[in-house]
Amino acid sequence: MAFLKKKYREHDATGFFPGPGTFAHGVHPPERKSLAADAPIEIIPTPEKILIPLQQHIGGPCTPIVNAKQEVELGEMIGKGEVFISAPIHAPVSGVVKKTETVTLANGRHLQAIAIKVEGEQVDGQTLWDQMFGGKWPQKSYQTLAPEKISKAIHQAGIVGLGGAAFPTHVKITPNDQKPIEILMVNGCECEPYLTTDYRVMVEAPEAVVAGTLLAARAVGAKKAYIGIEDNKMEAVASLRQAASGAGIHIAVLKTKYPQGSEKHLIKAALNREVPLGGLPSDIGVAMTNVATATSVARGVMRSLPLTHRVVSVTGGGIVHPKNLLVPIGIAMGELIKYCGGLKKTAARIVAGGPMMGFAFTNLEIPVTKGTSGITVLSHEEIRRVERSVCVRCGRCVDVCPMNLVPTKIAMASRLSELNLARKYNIMACFECGSCSYICPAGLPLVQLIRTGKTLIATEAKK
Amino acid sequence: MKLNFKNDINPSSPAIHVAPSPHVFNMGMTTRDMMRDVIIALSPTLIAAIWFFKWFAVLQLLICVTTCLAAELIFTRMRSKPISVADLSAGVTGLILGLSLPATAPWYVGCIGSVVAIGIGKMVFGGLGMNIFNPAMVGRAFVMISFAGSLAASGYVDMTGGVDILSQATPLTAQKQSGIASQLAPLFWGYTNGSLGETSVPACLLGGLYLCIRRVASWEIPAGVIVASLVLGGIANITDLSTHWTVLHHIMGGALLFGAFFIATDPVTSPLTAKGKWIFGIGVGTLVMILRLFSGYPEGVMFAILLMNALTPLINRWTIPRPFGGI
Repeated sequence: MAFLKKKYREHDATGFFPGPGTFAHGVHPPERKSLAADAPIEIIPTPEKILIPLQQHIGGPCTPIVNAKQEVELGEMIGKGEVFISAPIHAPVSGVVKKTETVTLANGRHLQAIAIKVEGEQVDGQTLWDQMFGGKWPQKSYQTLAPEKISKAIHQAGIVGLGGAAFPTHVKITPNDQKPIEILMVNGCECEPYLTTDYRVMVEAPEAVVAGTLLAARAVGAKKAYIGIEDNKMEAVASLRQAASGAGIHIAVLKTKYPQGSEKHLIKAALNREVPLGGLPSDIGVAMTNVATATSVARGVMRSLPLTHRVVSVTGGGIVHPKNLLVPIGIAMGELIKYCGGLKKTAARIVAGGPMMGFAFTNLEIPVTKGTSGITVLSHEEIRRVERSVCVRCGRCVDVCPMNLVPTKIAMASRLSELNLARKYNIMACFECGSCSYICPAGLPLVQLIRTGKTLIATEAKK
Repeated sequence: MKLNFKNDINPSSPAIHVAPSPHVFNMGMTTRDMMRDVIIALSPTLIAAIWFFKWFAVLQLLICVTTCLAAELIFTRMRSKPISVADLSAGVTGLILGLSLPATAPWYVGCIGSVVAIGIGKMVFGGLGMNIFNPAMVGRAFVMISFAGSLAASGYVDMTGGVDILSQATPLTAQKQSGIASQLAPLFWGYTNGSLGETSVPACLLGGLYLCIRRVASWEIPAGVIVASLVLGGIANITDLSTHWTVLHHIMGGALLFGAFFIATDPVTSPLTAKGKWIFGIGVGTLVMILRLFSGYPEGVMFAILLMNALTPLINRWTIPRPFGGI
């Protein structure tokens, strides 16, 4: 993209990156980030009850290491996993442990969860903010830290990817001799419409992002670090450029397009490398993390604070006051909605995450987890969709699919349970970004049909 | 907090329901909008047809559109399916069939063509989106074989229509049978004989470009047709110097442009991927030139498109795109 070259690249040394600045295909859904983009992060008052699922990440579940009626303090470890791919959980408040409960999350998973009744003195909001994001993050203090110590501290702090997938971070940044990592790529794209959590973190705590990036790069042995940001967040670019000056981190400004925040497409746009089909970024020497995750890395390593809180956007046309909130993990979704003035009368759908890939839910008691990046409340007007008709093979889904698939063929094969045909059309390459369903002039639920097909294939493999 | 789950647009308290992601949709283009765009794009050729063929054109188009709509209504009733006339697709079929018939074809030709187009071209396959062949071309092929006298190339010669221009052979027929090459100017502007919609080059280009810009038609298909015709027509031109029928006559005469922009681009019966569309377009162009140069028919657009329609499922299989990151 020539315009990107002119506009941002030759800004200074921090603006250099080898990629083309964008990827092929994709869609432009209405961004609507302005709803909450200018709302500074607020700290929500401590709730009365917290419910912490024992598995908030990809990998092995945690087992509780506390008993009912036991008193816990803020930051105390309350559960940990036995396998390497797992992340411990910590108490986000001080209080008393109650009975374990079963909870069904927005994504449909049934999980055991530790309930904590909030009791005793709590750390007040401002102190919490200062500990987590405020103050100085001196680079000198960790330039001699051993890489193994960093990844151990990250594991102990229970840090997982905060972008949504919640993969344990220490696994990604532990060096592997077979697959040496050259580049650390930090994802600040936040390509989901509406959501503004990563944006606010980049604007308000750029030093923490930079510190976390340098720490993660040091841990994994990466020689270079890039932070990728879409060009609709120039304020974040400016604040990060300032914070990163002299640190050797490059800020890659990328064209705003959904799904730019997808791991593979960010690597393509910023680094001009292609992750092989079915492979991982580490196959091509790249480790990937997210900007909010980077702040928790900095906090976990430099201040020994575990991942107990996260920033959540509460936004959308159906919420009275859209805000960005710093909330304890395990707080009920309903508390956040209440704090933001509640639902408007026109509210029609409540989504955990953003409108393109988020999960709709109705039970407001379910807790915020480590992977919850936002609550998007959409109005009737916003979820208006075209009337369902039939596929006329117009090929718009083919034109927008970022994985270069033929979504309509895969969807129809899935509907007829023709799994071999679906495989022939590379069904497993689909990462369910939803671009095909978004664009379809016939209003067909393409991505949902593809999900069904993938599930059928998975069940078939189990047999 | 109390939630209300009734599906009510103006509730007293919020009505919440769930659905799979994505939760937002592009409202810019629906299937119906695409059909509407085709009708807009056909309007220059409609105006040209009425301008050149006067009431003959109006009558022929009315017959085809009305019969198509009636056939659609009757067949959907017979299949106990929801009435689909509102999706405009039957109207588009009627317009294209009407525009591809000569002005003087008797009324029953248009009627029978329309019923076959909707009934056999579309409904027996399962309705819109399911058909293998372009419905209008199925209808036209049927009447062309059944009523060769009043429709096929030779039919124009003994016209008894009142309008002078109609009493001539089409330029392609005249060339085929008597070796007479027509002037380029009438071929370009369209004041010559032929099927209603095919004669005017500017009208076809104007509507075709609109379709491509709106991305209702894929530009690769007309581009493929025109490139293949240019190349093969050019070769024929060079190797056979005696003919006055140049490559430009081939492009501007007959239904080549009308077919390339309005018929071959029917999304239902053409391939899905860009590569497949090129193959399809070049295939249509090549077949048109082979039929025109070597067969007994003066024109080959309809058969070329029907043949390539039959190959479309195969082309789709051949051109499964390489997924991102794949080999």
